[in-house]
Amino acid sequence: MINGIIGRKLGMTQIFAPDGTVTPVTVIKAGPCVVVQKKSAAGPDGYNAVQLGLVEDRPIKLKRVNKPMRGHFEKTGGGVPPTRVLKEIRLEHSPDDIKVGDKVSVDQFKDGEIVDVTGRSKGRGFAGTVKRHGFNRGPESHGSMNVRAPGSIGASAFPSRVLKGTRAAGHMGDRRVTVKGLTVVRVDAERNLLLVRGAVPGANGSVVIIKKSTKTKR
Amino acid sequence: MHQLDGIDKEQLRNDLPDIRPGDTVRVHVRIKESENKERLQAFEGIVIARRGRGASETITVRKTSFGVGVERIFPLHGTIIDHIDVVKRGRVRRAKLYYLRKLRGKASRVRERDMRGAQNGEQNAKASS
Repeated sequence: MINGIIGRKLGMTQIFAPDGTVTPVTVIKAGPCVVVQKKSAAGPDGYNAVQLGLVEDRPIKLKRVNKPMRGHFEKTGGGVPPTRVLKEIRLEHSPDDIKVGDKVSVDQFKDGEIVDVTGRSKGRGFAGTVKRHGFNRGPESHGSMNVRAPGSIGASAFPSRVLKGTRAAGHMGDRRVTVKGLTVVRVDAERNLLLVRGAVPGANGSVVIIKKSTKTKR
Repeated sequence: MHQLDGIDKEQLRNDLPDIRPGDTVRVHVRIKESENKERLQAFEGIVIARRGRGASETITVRKTSFGVGVERIFPLHGTIIDHIDVVKRGRVRRAKLYYLRKLRGKASRVRERDMRGAQNGEQNAKASS
């Protein structure tokens, strides 16, 4: 039983319920995915997982697939055409009941189910403390000169150094982020769409992984 | 964005009149009184802004009620709206009429749009919007 799927974030919109309420949703084109490789704890890999490939409307041209990847896909017995995106999903049990080439689609999800969505957040570059850590900014007028400055970063003669872990300016975003406990609003198995309540990390068009949540409904 | 259109489009309603900033509209809002009782409440005022694309498009309607300015933002395609009547067409020269907030009484009136011979233009505007 594979409890996850790869998708692409399409964007956000709103869903109107008959009772007048409005739900903000992220539309994700999820799957269909194929199992490209199995890994089991008993084998050389030492852990249970499946590698999924995202099947897209426009598959990657064979000449764009480099030789190592081509070999990887040939190992499937030629049954699986190369995909752009490969992601691994960890399994609880060894993948005996799963075959290479098996399809994974959105119909494993139900309306109202709780999911975790993992993506790569939008890069913000080198960001200051106000944007990166939500520091308050200083006054902008009356001669103030510390509008977005970090302020004090510690005491003086003791400890006469900056404590490890002090929040400072630096690179922000462009890292793996998981948002837990999102509700599936609608599953469109025909168009392979998944509508999830709320926002999801990453830019439109970026790859996300949707997993059944470890959290239960609040 | 075009991939989103499928989801967005099936939500759009096609019974909306051509609404522009400056128009006076009566918005009939569904109000739930109890479990299975529903009634319509009308909110009549001047459209001072129209924003958003697709299903998230909204209008801001402003009226003066007992001397107090009241503004409500309606999702144009929301199920909360039963229907919208256009009461009057206004002639205005900008898209957002936020300046009306500072005006009261006679100064806050909007000139009526001359609709003579506008039948065709009206149709076109509807088709393009």
